[in-house]
Amino acid sequence: MLKGRQLPIMSAHDESASGALIRFENAERRYGEVVAVGGVTLDITAGSFVALVGSSGSGKSTLLKMVNTLVKPTGGRVLFAGDDVTTLPQAKLRRRVGYVFQGIGLFPHYTVAENIAMGPRLAGERLADARIAELLELVELERDMASRMPDELSGGQRQRVGVARALANDPEILIMDEPFGALDPITRDALGEKVRELHVKLGLTTVMVTHDMAEALLLADRVLVMSAGELVADETPRALLGGAGGEVAQGLVAVPREQAERLAHMEEHS
Amino acid sequence: MGEIFDIMLGLGDKFAAHIVLAASAIGLGILVALPLAIWASRSPTVARLTLGFASLVQTIPALALLALFFPILLSLRAVFGEDLPTLGFLPALLALALYALLPILRNAVTAQANLDPQLLEAADGVGMTGWQKLRFVEAPLSAPFIMAGIRTASVWTIGAATLSTTIGQPGLGDPIFAGLQTQNWALVVAGCLASAGLALAADALLGMVERGLANRQKWQWSAGLLGVALGLGAALYAQGGGEDEDTIIIASKQFSENLILSRLIGSQLEDAGYSVAYRDGLGSAVVHSAVASSSVDISVDYTGTIWTNEMKRTDNPGREAMYETIVQWERENTGISILGRLGFENAYAFAMRADRAAELGAETLEDIVPIAPQLTFGGDPEFFERPEWKAVRDAYGLRVGETRNFSPTFMYNALKSGEADAISAYTSDGRLAVDRFIILEDPREALPSYDAMVMLSPRVSDDAALIEALEPLVGAIPVEWMREANYSVDREDNEKVTPEVAAERLTEKIGL
Repeated sequence: MLKGRQLPIMSAHDESASGALIRFENAERRYGEVVAVGGVTLDITAGSFVALVGSSGSGKSTLLKMVNTLVKPTGGRVLFAGDDVTTLPQAKLRRRVGYVFQGIGLFPHYTVAENIAMGPRLAGERLADARIAELLELVELERDMASRMPDELSGGQRQRVGVARALANDPEILIMDEPFGALDPITRDALGEKVRELHVKLGLTTVMVTHDMAEALLLADRVLVMSAGELVADETPRALLGGAGGEVAQGLVAVPREQAERLAHMEEHS
Repeated sequence: MGEIFDIMLGLGDKFAAHIVLAASAIGLGILVALPLAIWASRSPTVARLTLGFASLVQTIPALALLALFFPILLSLRAVFGEDLPTLGFLPALLALALYALLPILRNAVTAQANLDPQLLEAADGVGMTGWQKLRFVEAPLSAPFIMAGIRTASVWTIGAATLSTTIGQPGLGDPIFAGLQTQNWALVVAGCLASAGLALAADALLGMVERGLANRQKWQWSAGLLGVALGLGAALYAQGGGEDEDTIIIASKQFSENLILSRLIGSQLEDAGYSVAYRDGLGSAVVHSAVASSSVDISVDYTGTIWTNEMKRTDNPGREAMYETIVQWERENTGISILGRLGFENAYAFAMRADRAAELGAETLEDIVPIAPQLTFGGDPEFFERPEWKAVRDAYGLRVGETRNFSPTFMYNALKSGEADAISAYTSDGRLAVDRFIILEDPREALPSYDAMVMLSPRVSDDAALIEALEPLVGAIPVEWMREANYSVDREDNEKVTPEVAAERLTEKIGL
């Protein structure tokens, strides 16, 4: 179903096609008979904040993980700054990609500082204390957190450390898989804002997978919608709010919109 | 209690040998198990195969596993040459290491399988190579569980290492087996206490390492490891001295008579200026091969045993002819040289309580054939598998009700208490006369004769001084003396003596 729409999507970002940081070329991932991602073609420009939205099982996480080869494509190619990711040295590629995910995955037997310094350490570099303090400051954590163990932190603090760890290598791209999914709404909102702020401040390229369309609309400057392994919409938040992107996308947009309307209605009549 | 304590104080070298053996076996187990566990964590097939194999090994009784390594190593001599030891440390090490494999492997594989998949994804995500992932994430997080496996393995191995006595490796099993043979319970208790104490100490120290790893307290696991290292170091230091090549090694099987005779032979050799070491409690089947391969130098064996077990003969040519045939056969086939016969027989015979025999009107084996299906027969652990039993069964058409195995010591108690109606007794056993047991006659001569012989290994068979020292023992021990000596060790009252004392008394009687 996507095949016919391939070119129009490309043309929407034609000016960046040549300078894409990430390019999916008909990328496909099958597990036996099951198609998780079916032939997606897509460019992600340096400096953009892209949200990848869809319901569970739509293939959005699978597509994201192809960037750092946590999932390897069974068909097509994924290019990172022009190179096929499967031909790049795996460990080295992954250190160029900052990765944040819902599970956070801090190593419980290392301190916060050791967790943050892990990426550079793997490459044989020792991260200076000053740099660790700077990274903690970026995610709004106290310096003395550095010596704490992960199980002494709250969920929100842990994910802040997770973001700091992802940034420690000065990555060329930040990919996030449901990064705020396990957090309470207030923490979630604050951390979302923080990430958006860092994206601007550090000039990052960011791709975030989420099932929450409101979050996508508020944080991203480009929203991709996936359904059943296919890319079904590629719009700006403004265009989506304006009714573009087709049925599936509008279905997702309808949820927060209705909630907002109901809340406004309640306020009016209270 | 004081006696037990005194014995334990004298166990120093056994204790050291036990520690060194157990620690080596666990060390080898770890060296094999950990790489296998890593491999298994990468491949479900390997996990299934290795765990299956380790579980299979675990189903083999430890005693059998230890004994199995003797023939295995003997056949491996074809590859590694004649210097490959077949008894003692090497087979004990290999068998115990195999035994230690399962708990370590299982815990390591389980720990790997239970690692949080999100952590593993994070490890991949930050760009760890396979090796870095193992070193920074998998190994440290699995360590407490692996340590728990090592702890279990250590307790098992320290316990099972007592069984290595049966294949000639000294350890804390020595006092246990010697005590069981001679009904010296203080020896048994001392050996058990020492072994249990060692197991508890190892468990406590390794437990400290395990908790230290789990709580990430470096001082805690370091202190535990330091304790283990100190214990090992002390054991190695204590073990420093050993047997040199000139030491004559004397084997004894698992019963009092053989033990007494080994001491008798040993004291003769010591008087002649030899240094002597004993391998007590060897399995009967192991002893002959051990002498043939010069793993031990001297043993006392019996004509009927060699005739049926080694030569696989079922006929009975008569006492003299059998002996002559055996001497020739050993010389031609095994290189064992037979010094001579000691002068008494320790034949298998069937014994019954006098009152029970009178009640049943049984005087010969023929008399009990009609009533045998209602009787319970007791035998030593190997008897009902031995050709002698089959020979008797076939010669008389004997069909018995129930057969039960007892250790030689308990067999007589079983007969006395009526748990067995008849037992496979030994004719030189002192308890026969004392307890008023009668021996059923064997009119069809189904049971071969069992003349006690001194067997010399190829290594010492040309040693003229050794032969000269032992020559006076040939033909010097009538069966009555042997019975008396056996009874003095086997009796359960305060007249009971050690095999050394019994051997000394026998020496005096012989007039040496």
